[in-house]
Amino acid sequence: MLDGQAALGGALDPPTAPASAGHETGEPEFVQLLTPDGKRLTHPEYDVEFTDDELRDLYRDMVVVRRLDAEGTALQRQGELALWASLSGQEAAQVGSGRALRPQDMVFPTYREHGVLYCRGIDPIKPFVLFRGVAHGGIDPNEHKFNMYTIVVGAQTLHATGYAMGVALDGKVGGDDGEAVLAYFGDGASSQGDVNESFVWASVFQAPIVFFCQNNQYAISTPVERQTRRALVHRASGFGFPGVRVDGNDVLACYAVTRRALDEARHGQGPYLIEACTYRMGPHTTSDDPTRYRTASEVETWQGRDPILRLRRHLESRGLADDAFFDEVAADAARQAVELRERVLAMPDPQPMDMFNHVYVEGSPDLEAQREEFARYLAAFASEGPAMAAEQTGGGRHR
Amino acid sequence: MSTLTMSKALNEGLRRALEDDPKVLIMGEDVGRLGGVFRVTDGLQKDFGEQRVFNTPLAESGIVGTAVGLALRGYRPVCEIQFDGFVYPAYDQIVSQVAKIHYRSGGLVRLPIVIRIPYGGGIGAVEHHSESPEAYFVHTPGLRVVSCSNPVDAYWMIQQAIRTDDPVIFFEPKSRYWEKEEVDTTGTLADAYPLFASRVVRRAPAGRSAQATLIAYGPTVRTALHAAQVAADEGRELEVIDLRSLSPLDLAPVYDSVRRTGRAIVVHEASRTGGLGAEIASRVTEECFYSLEAPVLRVTGYDIPYPPARLEDEFLPTLDRVLDAVDRSEKW
Ligand SMILES: Cc1ncc(C[n+]2csc(CCOP(=O)(O)OP(=O)(O)O)c2C)c(N)n1
Ligand SMILES: [Mg+2]
Repeated sequence: MLDGQAALGGALDPPTAPASAGHETGEPEFVQLLTPDGKRLTHPEYDVEFTDDELRDLYRDMVVVRRLDAEGTALQRQGELALWASLSGQEAAQVGSGRALRPQDMVFPTYREHGVLYCRGIDPIKPFVLFRGVAHGGIDPNEHKFNMYTIVVGAQTLHATGYAMGVALDGKVGGDDGEAVLAYFGDGASSQGDVNESFVWASVFQAPIVFFCQNNQYAISTPVERQTRRALVHRASGFGFPGVRVDGNDVLACYAVTRRALDEARHGQGPYLIEACTYRMGPHTTSDDPTRYRTASEVETWQGRDPILRLRRHLESRGLADDAFFDEVAADAARQAVELRERVLAMPDPQPMDMFNHVYVEGSPDLEAQREEFARYLAAFASEGPAMAAEQTGGGRHR
Repeated sequence: MSTLTMSKALNEGLRRALEDDPKVLIMGEDVGRLGGVFRVTDGLQKDFGEQRVFNTPLAESGIVGTAVGLALRGYRPVCEIQFDGFVYPAYDQIVSQVAKIHYRSGGLVRLPIVIRIPYGGGIGAVEHHSESPEAYFVHTPGLRVVSCSNPVDAYWMIQQAIRTDDPVIFFEPKSRYWEKEEVDTTGTLADAYPLFASRVVRRAPAGRSAQATLIAYGPTVRTALHAAQVAADEGRELEVIDLRSLSPLDLAPVYDSVRRTGRAIVVHEASRTGGLGAEIASRVTEECFYSLEAPVLRVTGYDIPYPPARLEDEFLPTLDRVLDAVDRSEKW
């Protein structure tokens, strides 16, 4: 087998990036276990033996999360969602890392980790609640050991670090049953004070946390070169913990490095940084227009590194799956997507009075008064009936 | 004269500021090639170069903190904060540094920084994209705080803010970005309506007297005007005042109006407690006590975090809630 160190080449220098004279020549190598054409490599440090079933399952996961994600985009286009943040292109990074988690581990996602959420066994409708504008959270962080999405860029890395400090305080590190925390963030987030502070905290408190950076080359329109002159993986050594760069479009490599990093954390070795080099194939969100800041040829280059295609090639070349399998997986994904769509369309709207709930655990007399004021206001409209029929405003109650 | 959206009017205003003064810089997340998520800086990097209009790393504290240094060095930075809910990482820099440096220096140091913040709700957005944080800044001595409500004001106010030697927090009502108006861009700044002044935007027609004064700013000015129109159709006149400047407040026109109408209603999207409405009610009470027929009422967001988008119509001060308050004031 080939040696699993591959250079990322020019991939980190999208043609749209500003000239960066100080940029390092020769980016560090990254861990790769599966080449874009489906060849299996080995790696001396980061490798895992996958059973044939595991390989087929990883394939199925990636196909399903891509298909469900496409449904998100479609539903937004049809006016059923306010917004959708697509994971397209990042299936390997999310499924690889998500499947590397052990049940006791805790996850802190951004707003794009629908694939990790799926791997965690969580109902895939959860993000749709948010993007449909029905609720802000919708996830019980303790039920599946998966925190609510965080939209404020970078904030969750500190929460994850504090959680990991708590794990250590509880004495839940040191053995195979130790708990580890997996914190996701983006290349853009790497500039936030919160993220850098979380590195400091995690380091000096030896917190059992793995920072998983999906470097998808952009923060909305801003290329990664505006966030860093050196590969992001180098940040780790400055803060005093190990870091590894991985081919983020290689699900096997993502799995292997995350497994290893989480296991080190759970055994009390402290934090780990993973930089997964990948690409956001679609717009930042459905509100974005990427043609303003990147070229079609750049997107095409990354299409050649497609995470799903390479695993399919691998399965095919080793005779581990046939057309019947691939057809069945596609049908399975389509069926899940249809079911999801129907459930999204049937999702009830929240009731107006609901907005006053859960501001405080123990309530507040001031707020209670406002709730009653609002109830009286609604009741007045109800009793005045058709005289108040909708006329000009969206609210539909104007007299 | 040209018909401009408020977004385009701001864009034209920024363009003119960049032309007028080589020290003006535009900095923020995605303000370059993308032109900002609301396209307010569209085309400016192309025309003024990457030195003067540039994308920053993704860090709001960094945006404002480095703007302080650039201002110390003689530049006039115009910072874009992408959305209201993302100004808080910069809050420390704004409140502890930007607001206080002139004072600390005994007047030796000036910080001509403009911090533009798209704010307010009504666009169906996800969390943190619909907030109205103006009171936090109004409560901070040393900051000037303004909000435009229409394309004409947007065009002039942004230029005036950039010319101001104090730091200015410039709130742009994002639900109004795409509203269009005729804007005469040929005039001069000297002739423009003053930046730190409120404006009466609707009066009772000659010979009729208004029954209440609506006080609004930013996104609620249109709501108030709409309410006044509906009230007029029903035979009742309302006066509407656009505050424009939130710090300092220019309330003389408000007092003048309330002395005639006897009733005042403040309308803002921000939550009620500790909001601008409380300050205005207090001052109107102090100045117009014997003219008031009813207490000053507030139509505001409730004291809850901004709710999920499917409930925002219930949260926001709508036309109906404004008219309801007018009724309550009259029946007091
Ligand atoms: C504190 C903060 N500032 C700005 C934003 C607006 N915003 C949302 S996502 C984003 C880019 C994030 O880029 P990155 O961290 O690379 O993650 P990606 O979206 O690429 O997954 C920005 C600027 C935000 N959500 N939070
Ligand atoms: Mg990114």
